[in-house]
Amino acid sequence: MFVCDARKDAKRGIKQKAGQSLIELKNAGFTYGGRDILSEMTLRLQPGSFHFLTGPSGSGKTTLLNLCYQALLPTTGMVRIFEQDVRAMTRDDIAKMRRRIGVVHQNCQFLDHLSVRDNLALPLSVSGREDDIHPSNLDDLLGWVGLTERGEALPPELSGGERQRAALARAIIMSPDLILADEPTGNVDWEMAQRLMALLVELNKMGKTILIATHDLNLIRTVKSEVSARVLRINNTKLQLAGADL
Amino acid sequence: MERFRAILEVFSGDGNADRVVPPSGFTARLTTFTAAAMAFLTVFALALSLATGRLAARWDAELARTSTIRISAPEGQMAAQSEAVLEVLRTTPGIASARVMSEAEQRKLLEPWFGPDLPLDTLPVPRLIEVLEEGRGPDAAGLKLRLSAEAPGAVLDDHTRWRRPLVNAATRLRILGAVSILLIAGSTAAMITLAAQSALAANGQVIGVLRLIGARDVYIARAFVRRFTLRALVGACVGTVLAMIGVLFMPAAAEEGAFLTGLGFKGWHWILPFLIPPLAAFVAFWATRWAAFRTLSRLS
Repeated sequence: MFVCDARKDAKRGIKQKAGQSLIELKNAGFTYGGRDILSEMTLRLQPGSFHFLTGPSGSGKTTLLNLCYQALLPTTGMVRIFEQDVRAMTRDDIAKMRRRIGVVHQNCQFLDHLSVRDNLALPLSVSGREDDIHPSNLDDLLGWVGLTERGEALPPELSGGERQRAALARAIIMSPDLILADEPTGNVDWEMAQRLMALLVELNKMGKTILIATHDLNLIRTVKSEVSARVLRINNTKLQLAGADL
Repeated sequence: MERFRAILEVFSGDGNADRVVPPSGFTARLTTFTAAAMAFLTVFALALSLATGRLAARWDAELARTSTIRISAPEGQMAAQSEAVLEVLRTTPGIASARVMSEAEQRKLLEPWFGPDLPLDTLPVPRLIEVLEEGRGPDAAGLKLRLSAEAPGAVLDDHTRWRRPLVNAATRLRILGAVSILLIAGSTAAMITLAAQSALAANGQVIGVLRLIGARDVYIARAFVRRFTLRALVGACVGTVLAMIGVLFMPAAAEEGAFLTGLGFKGWHWILPFLIPPLAAFVAFWATRWAAFRTLSRLS
């Protein structure tokens, strides 16, 4: 089973990285157009942790996630990903780092001319692991996200929820150490949102580190009842630990 | 070594890398057509360059070995001066043979200008002596002095005066042909670069997705490089074959040495056009690779 393989792999990963931070922000800030979007951000994501990132629309949640996989560079302070300063990364370093991070966007994009199945296998192809592309593994993965019947469909033919699940499947096929999800339930109904969250909780139980940006507090409460999750809030460009009000 | 491997990968194939770029009919046709047109022009530039080279060499060789002595003298002195000139030539080193051209030969020379029924005997036409040289040829200055002493009406024409401009013109045509080939190669590179940049810009979403999932620049570039290189190769093959058929039907070299004949290939020169498709592919490979890495480096 693909999922079982991922679980073993993840456990190995945690052992190797015990005590290290996957992501570390130290007084990091981001300014755009002369306006501070984020400032004095200090954060450490430990292996196997589950974090939610909340805040009102436009508060900078997506910007913070972008800093976590070097889609943006901080304008002040320091960001380290897998113990490496993002400013010192070469383009190849960035590519290698992204193979260890699964990213799920709210408006996830695919290669529209390839089938869902081919899109899922793409991360393995680009990292030179074509030998790991087994139809049975892809079938397991499609089944795990409930897309068994949609494997041969083209991405434009998928509904919003199906796209989110396909993006999640693509994000985990490399068995990444860290999963970053930006409003992964933004386009789906409550039932589908719960299903997606259940998938993410299961991944966390396998040892994956999860950081989810969402403004859906009900969803956070549901997840907190199942796993130990920290909730971070961006307020006036700064990061705070939220707790009692949830 | 890595670059050599990159070239080999274009032809050995990487199906996955190739599939990530959606097929784009317009740029595909544009690149193939451009490569075909450029290969077609290159074949003709090559044929022109080689033919003028041959022409220059032929003129140089043929005219350098001969000279003409023209005798303009009153009717009564013509025979004596001709004999005196022949005697001078017999005793001049570097002269293989000399002979007085017959009236029929002179008439044939003048026929293109005056028509076939030229009354040569009624015209004051000078007598011509054809001289064939050997070794380094005669000392022209010394020979002129001796001729002026022995036969005052004799004038030596060693063809230098009109041979040199002809050879120069042919040599320059040859250089122009070579420059044209270089310009065509440069234009091909420029056009393929523009087409590749356009394809890269049109596939921004594809590049974004690939970078998100950890594709290295070399992987993304390879998909575009392979596609454009193969298109250029196919287009250049078509253009070269069509141009070679055209060259095959051009007039062969005329015995009379007509200028616009013999512009095709001769002997082993027929092999040279076959180098054009691989060269076009080579140019396309580097042009696309350069464009791809340049474009990708600008993206965050």
